[in-house]
Amino acid sequence: MTLGEKIDQANEKAFEKMNAGQPTLVGMGIAGETLPGMSKTTVLHAGPPVAWENMCGPMKGAVMGGLIYEGLASDLEEAETLAKSGKIDFDSCHHHNAVGPMAGVVTYSMPVWKVQNKTFGNYAYATVNEGLGKVLRFGACDEEVFTRLRWIEKVFYPVMKAALAHHGEIDLKTMIAQCLQMGDEGHNRNKAGTSLFIREIITDIMEIEADEERKVEVVKFLLGNDHTFLNLSMPACKCTMDATRNIPYSTMVCAMARNGTEFGIQISGMSDRWFTAPSEYIQGLYFPGYSEADANRDIGDSCITETTGIGGFCMAAAPAIVQFVGGKVSDAVNYSTQMYEITLGENKMYKIPTLGFRGSATGIDIRKVVETGIYPIINTGIAHKNWGVGQIGAGIVHPPAACFDKALEACVEAWTEE
Amino acid sequence: MNQVNELFSKEIKVVNIGIQGFYEDLKKNHVPTVHMNWKPVAGGNKKMAGLLSKLK
Repeated sequence: MTLGEKIDQANEKAFEKMNAGQPTLVGMGIAGETLPGMSKTTVLHAGPPVAWENMCGPMKGAVMGGLIYEGLASDLEEAETLAKSGKIDFDSCHHHNAVGPMAGVVTYSMPVWKVQNKTFGNYAYATVNEGLGKVLRFGACDEEVFTRLRWIEKVFYPVMKAALAHHGEIDLKTMIAQCLQMGDEGHNRNKAGTSLFIREIITDIMEIEADEERKVEVVKFLLGNDHTFLNLSMPACKCTMDATRNIPYSTMVCAMARNGTEFGIQISGMSDRWFTAPSEYIQGLYFPGYSEADANRDIGDSCITETTGIGGFCMAAAPAIVQFVGGKVSDAVNYSTQMYEITLGENKMYKIPTLGFRGSATGIDIRKVVETGIYPIINTGIAHKNWGVGQIGAGIVHPPAACFDKALEACVEAWTEE
Repeated sequence: MNQVNELFSKEIKVVNIGIQGFYEDLKKNHVPTVHMNWKPVAGGNKKMAGLLSKLK
């Protein structure tokens, strides 16, 4: 068998495993007690590993906020000193079966959604989405942020955990498939997904034994944040893709992530190795008063959605999103269509109505990316480059070409010596 | 040469392959043109094209 045939066979296996994934919301937990390898001084972040001195502004803000939230520092000055001291164990969320939007900071006490791939048994986790405005994931770290994080831990978490236990497991794969029929694409438009989730869980919130005022607060919080579902679709995609890791000779991308400094990809046949290059700047629409000069580089684990064939790959399913990220409806259709050039096949579950219910382009093959020069399309929020400011826009971005070139070179090096 | 002259005396229909600028120019001049989005393998990068051929 030629190397090319071995790769084709491995990719077919990876593609099948991805399609067979069955992401299911099974409950909630506290990060430190739930994620593997967490200690009280662990701080997880989005993207490939990055040292404190190389972190971007919003990442540093979120880290300092996380340290204050944990009570490890009492103010920003103490938090910065501690972060620099070498006493904090920074690591990538991906190394702990987790994903986080934007800065993606996860610390010991934060509640997390628990999602299991029922077909293969593996888990993935994500924190609760805080909403828009001043939020930790964009690097905001003042009292407003801490108050909300503590409320999520002390009020939202016990109510939602009990409501989920009362409800039983929720099939996220079917819910994501339904979102795509309702104008979401599963990354930056989550109106349908959040609405479906609320419809699923609301009677359970009403029926559990809990303080009535707290229950109302939880429902209001859900109703006020369209992005609640993002932190469910992300771990759904993470546990789907993690099941495709470690398939020898596969050139399928199993993770894409950015830490605000670097973009990293991982491929199924190369274990957990990262192939990185500097993150790009995002082309998009800015909120009033901001411009490209204020923007941070591309950041966050949320492009695990595109890795799984939703998000940017399903923009044709969400024409309304062009009002948020820029461009025309025809651009959205073109983005989705172009992705078939660089993928292994069509998703069996995630289908796009405007393309005649064609399955979304799924399973990025680095060989096709390098050959065509077509790069995965990602739609994303734009963070201000300084911590404490927040989101300043949204747009479209691609991974840097060098990530794919490096991965391809590594495959040749590893597989042609045999 | 006569054949070329003959060609340009007729209505020209163009299929443009590759560089989009040629397509845009013709379009501005109201010449019916179809653009085909094409690039050489690995954008013409010989090193990457060579590595790619090893994985096929």
